Amino acid sequence: MINPYLIHPATIMEKIREADSIHTYRLRLNDEETRRNFRFAAGQFNMVYLFGVGEVAISIVSDPEEPERLDHTIRSVGRVTSAIAQLQLGETLGIRGPFGQGWPLEAVRGHDVVIVTGGLGCAPVVGAIDYMFRRRRHYGSVKIIHGVKTSRDLLFHERFEAWGKQPDTEVLLASTRPDETWRYHVGVVTDLFERVTLDPAKTMVLMCGPEIMMRLGVPILMRRGIPATAIYVSLERHMECGIGLCGHCQMGPYFLCKDGPVMRYDLVEPWLGRGGV
Amino acid sequence: MYGQSQSYERIGGDLVLCLSGGFHLAPNVRGPYDVETSVPKMRGIGAMEVVGEIGVLSRSDFQRIFDNLSSKGYRIVGPIVRDGAVVWDTIRRVADLPIGWHDHQEAGRYRLEQTGSKEIFGVVHGPQSLKPFAFTPREPLVQIERSKDGFTTRSTLPPSEKVAIIGARACDLAGLAIQDQIFLQGEYQDPYYATRREGLFIIAVNCTRALQTCFCASMDTGPCAKNGFDLALTEVDDQLLIEAGSEAGSDLLSALSLSPASQGLTREAAARGVACAQSQVRRLDRTRLPQALHEAHEHPRWDNVAARCMACANCTMVCPTCFCHKVEETPDLTRQNSEHSRLWDSCFTQEHGYIHGKNIRPTIKDRYRMWVTHKLASWIDQFGTSGCVGCGRCITWCPVGIDLTEEVSALLKSSEQRSTSSRPQEAPGR
Repeated sequence: MINPYLIHPATIMEKIREADSIHTYRLRLNDEETRRNFRFAAGQFNMVYLFGVGEVAISIVSDPEEPERLDHTIRSVGRVTSAIAQLQLGETLGIRGPFGQGWPLEAVRGHDVVIVTGGLGCAPVVGAIDYMFRRRRHYGSVKIIHGVKTSRDLLFHERFEAWGKQPDTEVLLASTRPDETWRYHVGVVTDLFERVTLDPAKTMVLMCGPEIMMRLGVPILMRRGIPATAIYVSLERHMECGIGLCGHCQMGPYFLCKDGPVMRYDLVEPWLGRGGV
Repeated sequence: MYGQSQSYERIGGDLVLCLSGGFHLAPNVRGPYDVETSVPKMRGIGAMEVVGEIGVLSRSDFQRIFDNLSSKGYRIVGPIVRDGAVVWDTIRRVADLPIGWHDHQEAGRYRLEQTGSKEIFGVVHGPQSLKPFAFTPREPLVQIERSKDGFTTRSTLPPSEKVAIIGARACDLAGLAIQDQIFLQGEYQDPYYATRREGLFIIAVNCTRALQTCFCASMDTGPCAKNGFDLALTEVDDQLLIEAGSEAGSDLLSALSLSPASQGLTREAAARGVACAQSQVRRLDRTRLPQALHEAHEHPRWDNVAARCMACANCTMVCPTCFCHKVEETPDLTRQNSEHSRLWDSCFTQEHGYIHGKNIRPTIKDRYRMWVTHKLASWIDQFGTSGCVGCGRCITWCPVGIDLTEEVSALLKSSEQRSTSSRPQEAPGR
């Protein structure tokens, strides 16, 4: 019987500063066999462990086709992530995973794609965007819509710039509290839903960010003719085990760690708006 | 923890369903107990999965089972009286069992009484179900040790141990079957649970006395054990009827070379099971679950119960099926070693619904609703079965006497009335 609780040590190969209190940690599993057998899909997550402190669920940002390199973009907000922020190059973290359901990239094939993210929600879709651009001709037009609070919250600035230069691709950014250097939309990200050009019959949406963005944004997209079944959202709940046993990540009938974190919108719609679920 | 008894006005007037005076079960009380037709068909005493014949052992010879189990290397665990309640502990002889004791349970109340009889299994149950035996309250998972280039990890699987449990009730077996489904039959199997579970030999006792808090008949889980046991006993006066439910049980039964139980005695045992089912005064109406509870999300009754609930988590601790747990990291003082363990958690705690910077379920109302909706509705969506087995422990061990059956009755009743005026939002299927 495989022990899904066993933690595998991994070394920090790079630590990249993305923004205030946000770093990307490039990890490499220490054990050669574990490293060779590790496979993941874009949108899946690992439980990342720090010695003596504990674990936290973090999505894998890097390319699924280079599974020996595991990038995790982490904001220091809690007990574990604040302690991880103290680590330096060459130090050790632990990994269990990968867990959960990733983005439905095969189902998206042949469609126009709208990617909507807010804040740090852009991290879990980076792998999916890279995956699609490597197979550019399999996908229709790509719209990347991303919202941040202040301009300083914009991560992956070079990546957004590079994506915008891809054929048949549009990058739309919004900030509610920009500084004077901001060249993009001023306001909430959902404003952009009204103005983006869409062919609703052949569009699929991948969305990740605050739930309020989903609750307010999805109805706009649906009004524009995109069915709820063509919208996928990545959801966040507290997770302790990652394998559907600890009970914390429930949303209605779902365990978001194993049924999600990526869920088809029509399945979770009844639960998203409910308080206390 | 026990001792307080408070009464609240019963909203659901039909809750107390007196079944005495007839053999027929009330509508919605489901169970395999139709005394007029079922006894001749049954091989076991209310049991459906019986291996071999039913043997009979006199009460004074019961020690033979202990001796046999001990010779096979089993540690024997049974109910004992301690601190005013019955708890599981290691026992060696029949005399360790709570002979002559009866338990009386009501909402927020647990009392033991010594009747002076020779009855061995007069106590129905204590606060513990079978849950702690395989899903332990604290389980070390991984040991982490610092090394010169980081750290190394190893899993801390428990040693395998043969444990024979005497006195499990049908509701406990149903609870254990649900835990097996969660920890062993899902996408990920839990090796810690599996190791402990493997060593269990379970001797069930069919209930012939119902508590005021029991509602297993309405959950279709008891009062007689249907499966999941190695041996099942029925105590009829000074006789013990014994049936096997597994190969291991059958082997033990053959080793005892018992005389077969007479048809009259078997019939009497079955009749006592039926009478026990019929004497249950509480029931839970499952006919409109899970949908009706999903639809009751905005029901005013949640505010009503939240005003009484203290979010103490007792109900989840005594529940045979609640499986929520948290993981705790305990470094030693040298910071050379750290232990990664899991502990029982409860959806009633402040931390359960926490995600960075906010709490998904900040109020007691949110948490009580989460517990009941999960237990009786989402559980069905997730596992195809109810998360409640009708043992009634959450009623007994609630310090303010909140009665699950009463709350559900209130939640379902008004939602029926409401549905005539406005159509509630539909929850999805799986």
